[in-house]
Amino acid sequence: MLVLLGVAVLGAIWEGYKAWAPADGVKLFGTRILPRTTDASMPQLSTIWHAFGAPEVGGAITFGPTRSVLDSVITAATHTLRWAAVGFAIGVMVGFLLALLMDRLAIFERALLPYVVLSQTVPLIALAPLVSKWGQGSSIGSFKWHTWMSVAVIAAYLAFFPVAVGMTRGLKSPSAVHSEYFRCAAAGWWKTLIRLKLPAAVPFLVPALRLAAAASVVGSIVAEISVGLDGGIGRLILTYSQQATGDPSRVYAAVIGAAVLGLVAAAIVTVFDLALWRYHRGVGSR
Amino acid sequence: MSDADAGQERSAAVDLTGVHKTFAVRRGSVVALEDINLRIERGEFVSLIGPSGCGKSTLLRVIGDLLPPTSGQVVVNGKPARRARLDQDYGFAFQQAGLLDWRTVQANIELPLELHGVDRAKRKDRALELLELVGLSEFAGQRPPQLSGGMQQRVAIARALAERPALLLMDEPFGALDEMTRERMQNELVRIAGETQAAVVFVTHSIPEAVFLSDRVVVMSPRPGRITEVIPVSLGDRTDDTREAPQFYAAITQVREALRGKPIAATGAVVADIERAQGAL
Repeated sequence: MLVLLGVAVLGAIWEGYKAWAPADGVKLFGTRILPRTTDASMPQLSTIWHAFGAPEVGGAITFGPTRSVLDSVITAATHTLRWAAVGFAIGVMVGFLLALLMDRLAIFERALLPYVVLSQTVPLIALAPLVSKWGQGSSIGSFKWHTWMSVAVIAAYLAFFPVAVGMTRGLKSPSAVHSEYFRCAAAGWWKTLIRLKLPAAVPFLVPALRLAAAASVVGSIVAEISVGLDGGIGRLILTYSQQATGDPSRVYAAVIGAAVLGLVAAAIVTVFDLALWRYHRGVGSR
Repeated sequence: MSDADAGQERSAAVDLTGVHKTFAVRRGSVVALEDINLRIERGEFVSLIGPSGCGKSTLLRVIGDLLPPTSGQVVVNGKPARRARLDQDYGFAFQQAGLLDWRTVQANIELPLELHGVDRAKRKDRALELLELVGLSEFAGQRPPQLSGGMQQRVAIARALAERPALLLMDEPFGALDEMTRERMQNELVRIAGETQAAVVFVTHSIPEAVFLSDRVVVMSPRPGRITEVIPVSLGDRTDDTREAPQFYAAITQVREALRGKPIAATGAVVADIERAQGAL
């Protein structure tokens, strides 16, 4: 319900601003501080809505000739979601392993953590072509590198970070009394991990996974564009914006598609979150 | 086998010889325990009492092999402390119950058994037995946050008893409870200790608590932490009436004066010890 209300509020702000502000935007000392409200900059919501139903202009995208924009957006979003999901899975695994490694040996934490942080300061735009170049044409046995794999790798590169950081904190979260108890019980590292540290890490892991899901979608969209992979929502946004002079509403249609994609990714994590309810802090009442 | 059993029979529950513990701090070091010698017999209930910083919790952790002594010998159940910990010869109950919130009460009690590979059916039987012992049978399926502090502490005690340890180490387990609950828990602990035949080392800073529960009260003084006096108490069968008996008050007075360092019937050696301890302050 609240989600729908949020959509309604956003829509009202959009239309309200469009009605209130002058067509050329608001200027202060000659600098535009609020955007233009012409139909080319801010199409009306109804126009965007209709854009979903409009037939795809042939040529730019090699889908079937009679598809609607909505069809294209959904198909493209599904492709992107698939690449993002692969990236997410790889990212979560890598983040998980790094966190375990850092938990097992303190020296790893001091050695690795700065690089983990550093990894996120490398601009994605610079990295994407490199990854695609490394991948291109490489094959191991019958395994052949596809361009979408580069996209998934880049998505993973963004997704692993929140997981590594969240898990590291989560694994450290058990209180002294719990750690002492497990030591008293002569539980080794593995048993302590399974029965204490992992369950205790869940409240830290879930928000990390949510960030990772969003990051993998963003990573995937950006990677599509810079790697040059057709068929995803990132590429679709680019194509539509090249046609945008005539019809800006399509860009917005694709952007809305990308936003919904992010929501779907977050929703999937929420399902996972609900399944782990018993590991949340303060179950029941006190 | 019978020889080993005989050896176990003869060995004390805890035997400390010349135990020292020094903590390194930023500048130099702090002596937490100095020359601790103490023998606790099987089935005996011994309280460690003293002001904050006298090292009573440290001593308990040394016995439990949570802290290594700097020097001296720690023998638990006839074995080195580490071996005794690995063999689960003792159960430990802390000031905070330290239960896992995501497990049910029953699963919390089963935890130590699960960690040591006891099969499911046996775990369940034992947990139900212990729940009855601590009077929480109807709470088996609840989660710890739904229980009161006293109930959580009883679950923690049940968990500590799960593997029938010969020794129970308790670090102010009733410290966070209100007075009424606390007395009820003390009554139960006396009963449980009697039923399980376990020796208990009980850290507290409540004089009546130490006196009510113990066969012997070990009085400690701080900086450096050392044993100043060991006071035997014999109150026989303890009930709520015991708390109003003259012997109870007499023992309380005795412990209190020992804590103040004003010995009433102490030997010269003890007086010298106390004076030395005070001099060290």
